[in-house]
Amino acid sequence: MKIALLGNPNTGKSSVFNMLTGLRQHVGNFPGVTVDKKTGRIEIEGKSHKLIDFPGTYSIYPRSKDEEVVYKSLCNPESENYPDAVVVVVDSSNLERNLLLFTQVYDLQLPTLMVLNMTDLAAKQNKTIDIDALQTLFPEATIVSSNARVKLGKQKVVEALASFRERKGHRFQQELNFAAIEDIVAQEQETKIRFEHIRQEMSTIERISKKTVPASRGIDKILVHPIFGYLIFGVVLLIIFQFIYAFASVPMDLIDGAFANLSGWTSSILPAGLLTDLITEGIIPGIGGVLIFIPQIALLFFFIAILEETGYLSRVVFIMDRLMRPFGLNGKSVVPLLSSVACAIPGVMSARTISDWKERMITIMVAPLMSCSARIPVYTLLIALVIPSETYFGFMNLQGLVLFALYALGTLSALFIAILLKWIIKTKEKGFLLLEMPDYKFPRWQNVGITVWEKIKVFVWDAGKIIIAISIVLWGLATFGPSDRMETAAAEAQNEAMKQNLDEESTNRLVASAKLENSYIGIMGKTIEPVIAPLGYDWKIGISLITSFAAREVFVGSMATIYAVGDDSEESRPLIEKMRSETYTDGTPVFSLAAGVSLMVFYVFAMQCMATLAVVKRETKSWKWPLLQMGYMGILAYLGAWITFLILS
Amino acid sequence: MGQILSQIKNGESAVVRAILESSLKVKLMEMGLVEGKKLEILYRAPFGDPIAVDIDGYVLSLRRDEAQLIEVEVQNSATS
Ligand SMILES: Nc1nc2c(ncn2[C@@H]2O[C@H](COP(=O)(O)OP(=O)(O)OP(=O)(O)O)[C@@H](O)[C@H]2O)c(=O)[nH]1
Ligand SMILES: [Mg+2]
Repeated sequence: MKIALLGNPNTGKSSVFNMLTGLRQHVGNFPGVTVDKKTGRIEIEGKSHKLIDFPGTYSIYPRSKDEEVVYKSLCNPESENYPDAVVVVVDSSNLERNLLLFTQVYDLQLPTLMVLNMTDLAAKQNKTIDIDALQTLFPEATIVSSNARVKLGKQKVVEALASFRERKGHRFQQELNFAAIEDIVAQEQETKIRFEHIRQEMSTIERISKKTVPASRGIDKILVHPIFGYLIFGVVLLIIFQFIYAFASVPMDLIDGAFANLSGWTSSILPAGLLTDLITEGIIPGIGGVLIFIPQIALLFFFIAILEETGYLSRVVFIMDRLMRPFGLNGKSVVPLLSSVACAIPGVMSARTISDWKERMITIMVAPLMSCSARIPVYTLLIALVIPSETYFGFMNLQGLVLFALYALGTLSALFIAILLKWIIKTKEKGFLLLEMPDYKFPRWQNVGITVWEKIKVFVWDAGKIIIAISIVLWGLATFGPSDRMETAAAEAQNEAMKQNLDEESTNRLVASAKLENSYIGIMGKTIEPVIAPLGYDWKIGISLITSFAAREVFVGSMATIYAVGDDSEESRPLIEKMRSETYTDGTPVFSLAAGVSLMVFYVFAMQCMATLAVVKRETKSWKWPLLQMGYMGILAYLGAWITFLILS
Repeated sequence: MGQILSQIKNGESAVVRAILESSLKVKLMEMGLVEGKKLEILYRAPFGDPIAVDIDGYVLSLRRDEAQLIEVEVQNSATS
């Protein structure tokens, strides 16, 4: 059996879904968290059923992109998601509005279960719902109440699912037929009639003993204040970045050191040979390069989840809307842009809640300019390499400030590009903003934990697979070269060293780098060197640019592999030390301040993420947008890096 | 006296009289803005836009442009 979970936005559908399936679907105190259907399995009396979590909607007729899936699944019995039964999750503290969708679904004649959720909130607002009266109104529906936040009512819901009532043709609105999706006039008429009917019944269903003013009103006085509102939001962001920087570095250093040791230890116990090299120079640095990001990604998602869970995010939309409009964006664009700070993929997808086509397109086009977590490792490594660790005013760390500046650069250029697009893209329709602002809630640590855990898992698996695969390929390309070119070069280097009377260590270094230069990857790097030399990069950086084309996070892993293969010394050193001691033949360091910052700027702008391009293609249904995106970001990256290098060197 | 929602001051209450014809009409209705509904203007974002409105216990934010589509009648504040 297929069971659909429907309801208004932010009523707790995903919470109910998690409660029933034991899965960990993203839950957050913001209308529009779920933007696509999500399927899980639930066991009832020994039989397994399919439960589908849908995005929240105010009626069955779609008003934005994310809502379409509901209408398509419900109103087309041919659809693969056409349910055998529906569960409508209703916010008890806001019954009247929620009943519109419920009566529509009820009249579809599918077996229906009403879950009166948020009973705690209704109680707080002194609202009592007469379940018997509701039952009289909807005799063929099963009605249970719950508080999905604390998993209260699970048993009742499961029991109700086991015994759906059969439909015998009772309807809430007798003579009403469903309107076609384009027939707005009929839909208006239907909404009017239903609400009139619902409002007549409300007095028997609901009693409000005493009006209360929710605590949120007081908090809002400060958080959406014309001055303090922005100030607080700015401070919140600054604190987040400082925290990420301050707290993540210790575990990151630990991971880095541990993998360097592991590499050294493995090579000492395994017999020397190609396989050992593959493990110690390809696989281990590759895995290390993935795991090292976990602390920062975890912290970033932790903070974003808290912003969302408390309900602050919708206030941010509220105060930012007016500011975003001149850029052709919508207050709701803040959510995709902020999510893109974690990863552009969910960011681009969450733009579905923006109903205006133009605002949505602009949001999607600029979202990847927000610095995502895959850039963190690149930034972190380069900052540690070229930016001195100085502290101002006792708490402002220069390295943290640079990190903040990189994020700011990405954000500002996103806004700038948005303005350009606003002029270029033409539409007749005007954008709008209609957003419910939920009451503040204390964050539920379990939900925060779920978000953080799920994101890390996705990162480690999805990104990890690519990174490790590329690391291995890269190792192969760096270890082998065309015909005997590498051997010849090595022999030449050996001779050269003898002539110059070098000690053993310098000889080894010379030989190793001559070999790397003549491997397949070295030849590739050398080929593009003329193109990237104006930006201040050598051919080894060039290799990493090539390999990180598919995904930025590959950069550090590639560097690790290249330097591991090219490393001559006996003991394994952390990557950063290897990079620091890297020099051109004339002795100047490769990673000068100018080259380092230029590289950071390159990574701020460049569209090096296949996955994002694929998602943009899917979301915009055309290749035009992702190609345009890749093109303009590439130009920005090259020009930006070039100018930076010119200025700083 | 009929007025437009965007003209109402913060803290004042009003009752919805009609939603003007527009492509947003049905969406506004579905969000609970139907004739006879009581509203209270809670606060405005900086620059007076968007506006946050309390509709029977839930808070909806909408832009001034959307608020201009809603015809209301101000309630005598003394009675509320
Ligand atoms: N107080 C209270 N909060 C709840 C209850 N059920 C869920 N919540 C909270 O309400 C918020 C929204 O929950 P979700 O499960 O994400 O809601 P949803 O209906 O899936 O929302 P969308 O996907 O955005 O439509 C979260 O902060 C939950 O923790 C409840 O019974 N009582
Ligand atoms: Mg959800």
